[in-house]
Amino acid sequence: MPKSNSGLYVRLQQETPVPLNSEIHCEPGELIALIGPSGGGKTSILRIIAGLANPAQGEISCDGVTWLDTQKGKSVSPQQRRIGYVFQDYALFPHMSVTQNIEAALLHLPKAERRRKASTLIEIVNLTGLENRLPRQLSGGQRQRVALARALVRNPSVLLMDEPFSAVDQVTRRKLQYELVQLRQRIKIPIIFVTHDLNDAMQLADRIYAISRGVTLQNGPPMDLMCYPDNAAVARLMDLQNIFEGQVIDHDKESDLTKVKWLDYELQARLQQQHNPGETVNWAILPSYVVLHRRLRPSRGDRENPIHGIVGELTVMGENTLISMWVNGQKEQRLSLTVSSHVAQRNSLCVDAEISVSLLQQGIHLMPLQAKD
Amino acid sequence: MEWSSLNLSLKLAFWTCVILLPLSVLVGRALAWNSFRGKAFVEALVAVPLVLPPTVLGYYLILSFGNASSIGRFYEAITGHSLVFTFDGLLLASIIFNLPFAIQPMQRAFEAVPMNVREAAWCSGMSHWVTFWKIELPLAWTGMLSALVLTFAHTLGEFGVVLMMGGNIPEETRTLSIAIYDRVQMFDYDSASVMSAVLLSLSVLAITFVYVLGYRRRRHNA
Repeated sequence: MPKSNSGLYVRLQQETPVPLNSEIHCEPGELIALIGPSGGGKTSILRIIAGLANPAQGEISCDGVTWLDTQKGKSVSPQQRRIGYVFQDYALFPHMSVTQNIEAALLHLPKAERRRKASTLIEIVNLTGLENRLPRQLSGGQRQRVALARALVRNPSVLLMDEPFSAVDQVTRRKLQYELVQLRQRIKIPIIFVTHDLNDAMQLADRIYAISRGVTLQNGPPMDLMCYPDNAAVARLMDLQNIFEGQVIDHDKESDLTKVKWLDYELQARLQQQHNPGETVNWAILPSYVVLHRRLRPSRGDRENPIHGIVGELTVMGENTLISMWVNGQKEQRLSLTVSSHVAQRNSLCVDAEISVSLLQQGIHLMPLQAKD
Repeated sequence: MEWSSLNLSLKLAFWTCVILLPLSVLVGRALAWNSFRGKAFVEALVAVPLVLPPTVLGYYLILSFGNASSIGRFYEAITGHSLVFTFDGLLLASIIFNLPFAIQPMQRAFEAVPMNVREAAWCSGMSHWVTFWKIELPLAWTGMLSALVLTFAHTLGEFGVVLMMGGNIPEETRTLSIAIYDRVQMFDYDSASVMSAVLLSLSVLAITFVYVLGYRRRRHNA
């Protein structure tokens, strides 16, 4: 990764207490999401960026200013880094009012100036009228706004947020997400947030860093990670259900296809020449690339990688119905797909019903074989 | 009622609190947030006066600070009077036997201040010193009040150590609890009962106050 003078650059390496091996770059105005399993080191990375912990080895710079360089023994204190940090449970000062909480981040300024800046922020985060309330008199969403205002009032050079939406209900969550998107247009600083919620990351982030056991497995735009994961571990982090093992047969450059053997099927996937013929690979497909055949009237698309099986499980979730198809009737080979509930009804889908689907070539993504955890 | 004894008891309790307050804040805070080898031993040392018979504590205090000890001799060389059987010695004994009453509530109060609130203060640009004044102390103030009240009340009521270290010298080391003992020995139950009632009332008031603070803190944290 090229080290740039603008934005935030982070390189961390350590074995204990939490193993870390990550390199992150976040441009001004960019919003990055760190996703991964709990205990995987995401929060540790935020804490290290903030200066609340130091890694065994590492380097952090922001807009060309070095905050941490373990080789040179340099570590700038959290107070001097000018970061805005929204803690997971917000960590508001419980004995201070909303205004006092925000002003507490401006103690270096004269009182009048503090008041003025705090009231501007209170307006931006929609807390007008609640200035004199104590944190315990606020709802979860309001507390999050106070934490955000306190983090932003110092004009930080980086905004860090640890699970910022985890403690609020669904409606508030959507509102806060909308506000964050609005806010991004006003502040042009690197923003990094940690989340275990893939939806948050998909909706808000410009880029996602998939982190497991402290190691960055892959980073890129959300749809890249979703459609083209580097390996099965990333695919699982992106909650891809359909991950299987197959063997590359050969490549057909004229038709732009790679043929893959899977069970007794010969699948045609889009051309992926990085995998050699004979190589055993993992392959994945998004449920949206799995198309259900009409049960009573076959159609033209049925020719594309037709697969047969039975409905193993069927779950109606409002407008959508989730189907777990047991390929060739084998319970171990489960293929997940989603259809509209009215389609499921029209096709009289029920458990044990025989169905056929097509796997669209464009959606079949091959990855190097990785042992399951 | 021996007013001089009450006066002496109050004076002793006041100075014990004045000296122990900063000390208990420092030690309580350090014990709350630091892990170090031998921490359990230090905590045990602080708690020892809770379980040790006052006579044993008094005996070791005389041994450590008496005229035969080097500390005692050094003190006498500087001030011109000894530590035992004087108010200074009484104060020193009072500070030592009140250590658990002052330090333990402070330690519990600092332990209750969430770590991430302190970290939020640092990230908000507050130095460690400003964080201490603006965040930690206001959040730990109930612990500080508990420590003060318990120390004050316990000093008023202490008997064994005071007798061992201070003796029974009117207006110098004869505290209210010693005076009560003295009066009972002389069958002067009227005076003893008045002085006992004063101590009883003060103790009940102090303990009630500490409990009220505890409820208040739990309600705030809820």
